[in-house]
Amino acid sequence: MEKRQLDQDLEEIRENLLKMGGEVESMVSRAIQALLGRDDIEAQAVRDQDRRVDRLEKQIDEECLRLLALQQPAAVDLRFVISAMKIVNDLERIGDSAENIAFSVLQLNQEPPLKPYVDIPRMAEITQGMVRDALDSFVGRNSALALEVRTRDTEIDQLYEQLFRELMTFMIENPETVRRALHILLIAHNLERIADHATNIGEDVVYFLEGKDVRHPEPVGG
Amino acid sequence: MVSAMAEESTPGESGDGMTHAEIERDPALNPRIGRVALEIERLSLWYGEKQALRSITMKIPEREITAFIGPSGCGKSTLLRCLNRLNDLIPIVRTEGDVRFEGRSLLDRNYDVNLLRKRIGMVFQKSNPFPKSIYENVVYGLRLQGLSTRSVLDEAVERSLRRAALWEEVKDRLQDNATGLSGGQQQRLCIARAIAVEPELILFDEPCSALDPIATAKIEALMLELKSDYTQIIVTHNMQQASRISDFTAFLYLGELIEYGPTDELFVNPIKKQTEDYITGRFG
Repeated sequence: MEKRQLDQDLEEIRENLLKMGGEVESMVSRAIQALLGRDDIEAQAVRDQDRRVDRLEKQIDEECLRLLALQQPAAVDLRFVISAMKIVNDLERIGDSAENIAFSVLQLNQEPPLKPYVDIPRMAEITQGMVRDALDSFVGRNSALALEVRTRDTEIDQLYEQLFRELMTFMIENPETVRRALHILLIAHNLERIADHATNIGEDVVYFLEGKDVRHPEPVGG
Repeated sequence: MVSAMAEESTPGESGDGMTHAEIERDPALNPRIGRVALEIERLSLWYGEKQALRSITMKIPEREITAFIGPSGCGKSTLLRCLNRLNDLIPIVRTEGDVRFEGRSLLDRNYDVNLLRKRIGMVFQKSNPFPKSIYENVVYGLRLQGLSTRSVLDEAVERSLRRAALWEEVKDRLQDNATGLSGGQQQRLCIARAIAVEPELILFDEPCSALDPIATAKIEALMLELKSDYTQIIVTHNMQQASRISDFTAFLYLGELIEYGPTDELFVNPIKKQTEDYITGRFG
């Protein structure tokens, strides 16, 4: 039996979403490589990739809106379209953060390295894992994985605070390091934002799969 | 036969129906309801040898709109017609189980069927105004009850036609023949006629299937207004209509109640896969 129009439209959105996810994952990865390898060319490539991501965002949003208007989807199909629109938004922000990291890399490369990176690579590793698993949970319809992504956000926040204190000490003791220190802090801040967006994607996947809104959980008592 | 649903059904379901305890345990069949207008208890119906309803148990909420949805032949119209005993008119029909209304079993042989049909009115798919004036259509039921005082009837006509959102369109031509009205107006006249005898419940059997979208929208808006005074049940094959106007939705399939719950929950996150397959159009 030929696929219904609705199923074709849903499949198209799904494919474009995965394409966008792949682009965004690649941007984050290349931005980190550009940082660690002090690579201007990689950094510039990331910024160019962001344009493709922005186009995909608009395309997917339009496809979702069209589907809602013309097909009046219900239940899981409706939740899928709503979640897709939210995920697209978070992916686009991740792309922007990767681009911001690339910009800071280009600035940092104009001066000698400030210090060996310890916390940044660790943050990057966790963050990239969160993005990858959030997208995998969507592809694999894995609600448990989607929910688990959120738990890694705590370590990211701790690393960020640690780095913040360390860089502040640096800047106070050596004012001529301020420019570089600030760019490193911006990179860490953007990694922390990427982790937040990966968390959101996980929550949106849970909503799509189970119809449960798991955002903003109550703080654990005791 | 029933095996397609085996994975979704609870134990002890085939043929004999579920026990009250089983129904109460199944969240898909037991929505929280305020006041109850009508109780359907293990209602089964046969057209001769063919079983059309299988042990239906549900409570209809007062002053809400409940929709019955399901594919053709699922029993939704049959179920609706049980509620005002219109199925009595079909000789080969046999029922088991009960429908309780105001504390009494309305399937009881001694229940006054004419009184029942005044308390529980019905609007049909094809509007059926009598070949009389608009005025006489509305007062027909009242005349049957013995009312004849002009002022009383006049007041009832205006009240009913206003309530049915038709008064402004027909107030200057109440003596015109009702069959001259448009399809949408005829349906609203039928609603006015049902309302004139002050029912508790109004049953609607696909009231808009013969109407254009604008007439449909008017009937839907009217039904929403009528909620304040009447309990309404609508059978519809139009799922968007069910989702637009109903508070509770019951999904029937092959004579069985599959899922019954608040409309917003059922259309966003149904409990049974069968329900989801039906409302997303993936059935069969």
